[in-house]
Amino acid sequence: MTGADWRAGAMPLAGAPGMRSLTVDGEAWRAAAQCLAGEGARLLALWGDDTGAIPRVLAAFATAAGGGAPTATETLLLALPVKRASEQAYPGIEEFFPAASRMQRAAAEMFGLQSTDPDRRPWLLHGPQPQDYAFTRVAGEGVHEIPVGPIHAGIIEPGHFRFSVVGEKVLRLEERLGYTHKGVERLFATMPLLEGHRLAARLCGDSAVGYSWAYAQALEGMALVAIPPRAARLRAIGLELERIANHLGDLGALGNDAGFAFGLSQFSRLKELLLRATERALGRRYLFGLIVPGGVSTDLDAAGRAALANCLDELGTEIPRLREIYDEHAGLRGRYVGAGEVPPALAARLGLTGLAGRASAQAYDLRVDQPCAPYAEFPPRKCEAVAGDVAARVAIRYDEALESCGLVRRLAADLPEGPCRVHLPVPPEGAAAVGLIEAWRGPILVALTAGAAGSIRRCHPHDPSWQNWPVLEHAIIDNIVPDFPLINKSFNLAYSGHDL
Amino acid sequence: MLKTLRQIARIGCVTEPPVEADEALRLRVRLQAQILDVLGRALCIRAIDAGSCNGCELEMQALANPFYNLEGIGIRFVASPRHADMLLVTGPVTSQMRSALERAYAATPDPKLVVAIGECACSGGIFGAGTACVGRVANVIPVDAAVAGCPPSPEQIMSAILTAITAPPTTPM
Repeated sequence: MTGADWRAGAMPLAGAPGMRSLTVDGEAWRAAAQCLAGEGARLLALWGDDTGAIPRVLAAFATAAGGGAPTATETLLLALPVKRASEQAYPGIEEFFPAASRMQRAAAEMFGLQSTDPDRRPWLLHGPQPQDYAFTRVAGEGVHEIPVGPIHAGIIEPGHFRFSVVGEKVLRLEERLGYTHKGVERLFATMPLLEGHRLAARLCGDSAVGYSWAYAQALEGMALVAIPPRAARLRAIGLELERIANHLGDLGALGNDAGFAFGLSQFSRLKELLLRATERALGRRYLFGLIVPGGVSTDLDAAGRAALANCLDELGTEIPRLREIYDEHAGLRGRYVGAGEVPPALAARLGLTGLAGRASAQAYDLRVDQPCAPYAEFPPRKCEAVAGDVAARVAIRYDEALESCGLVRRLAADLPEGPCRVHLPVPPEGAAAVGLIEAWRGPILVALTAGAAGSIRRCHPHDPSWQNWPVLEHAIIDNIVPDFPLINKSFNLAYSGHDL
Repeated sequence: MLKTLRQIARIGCVTEPPVEADEALRLRVRLQAQILDVLGRALCIRAIDAGSCNGCELEMQALANPFYNLEGIGIRFVASPRHADMLLVTGPVTSQMRSALERAYAATPDPKLVVAIGECACSGGIFGAGTACVGRVANVIPVDAAVAGCPPSPEQIMSAILTAITAPPTTPM
């Protein structure tokens, strides 16, 4: 069977465009995974669900769509009903999709759904003796370990890194995450469906729009409601503003981490200008609360549009100017070029996704490949680089920030008239849908199932950092310890979004 | 190099001058006087994310931008609790960050101040307290000042720092 055959047998699923789902048995699960991997499909997420009569493991794959643009994708969701760990393990798919490993470990510790794959260590839950975690030891003359975290130097999120080094050279990095685990999947199940967007926005503060949109998209899909065109435009404006703000912050920090404080002051100034313009346009510096079920909570008026336009003009002048300075700075080039390299073949094998993927020739962008409204009408230029090093991830941020500035301008011009929110009926019990949004870091997936009387039965949010954290362990190999902050920042992965 | 210098000259100093009647600026002038009264030197702050969504961290990072220029008035973020006078703590404290937070607090020399930043740090926020979360920061270590907001603005965070320095420091429990 081919991927097309698997898709043909699948049923359409509500939520993001191009979603199909198929229930399979263990044999078909593994066969489908092998077939999809062979065709170059990518694993979007894998999670457990113990809310039905029979627990299930679910996996979402981005697969090539028939016809259309060569990179056009559809999403195939496979559902595997499984027995509890004590009875029988389900077939793991790490062999075909290495990124599945940690997702399977999380499903095992959270829901008791054990895969057959070899790594059975806990992942997000630390247990009573967290210091007993079995890090992989590197042996040899002169090898020693550097433990870092959970509290890091700087104003950043907590996590633990264990470096095995010889001299300054890193032989191996092993990550230990889960410190910001807040039990959000269980928390979702205590909330009404129409309130869940508030928690979704707070899963990962730098991606508030991405998460709340993915949640709302799933909810609106299961309620069979299409949001008004004006609301779709305003959501996209919010998502692109979030993308620009994060890219500006990262570009400044990437200068600073290479000893170029000028970059930090210049870019943090631009970011502050953007946040202030965002506040004038949409009522808040960070867009928590912008996206609500059925649309958006805040309309954009003429004064707000003017504030945004002024700011985008300034960004349009300043970003290229600063790029020239970064590009011509020998010290910066020396630190960026060749640092933290992820060659395209490795990126494809490990499933590197989103922004970091596009810097390693994995040219996928849902806004182009599987667009929801309004992106089909307003396609951005897809940005791509092949070198896969820090320099490439910096270049992608420059390209995308500028592209999004233009996109916001286009989205804000001639806004369609009409309401920016519609009433949402409560979806029936058992309704299911999956939202999928290309946020600044990569694709965010939210799988949602309705419970009785407007409650949430199950909500699984998936951050693209799940795929990219393991790749960071590869990117650092053979680099020197002092380059780690720079390489880490060039990925800028989420802790809170990942830790659930 | 010429382009870099030209850019510096072109942008100039964007730190808003303290003579203007601007709430953020007025706060900053008072802030400096208070710090000198209490500490007689620069205030050193250690930021600790005890489980936040990262939203509050973004606004704390903004304090270093040229508009707020916190370092310009003698306040800086340091890399170790052993160098700190004050801890700025965000997040609902997660169960898995609790011991790290307690150890960082113990490692901070006395007299020390703690400021809880953001709705979750003040009350547990939308995450509350349960198995995975311990809830507000005050459930774990003594807190001298707290500012809600999701996230609080840079001005509000500065205001919270001021509140902490004017109140008498608590003694560790």
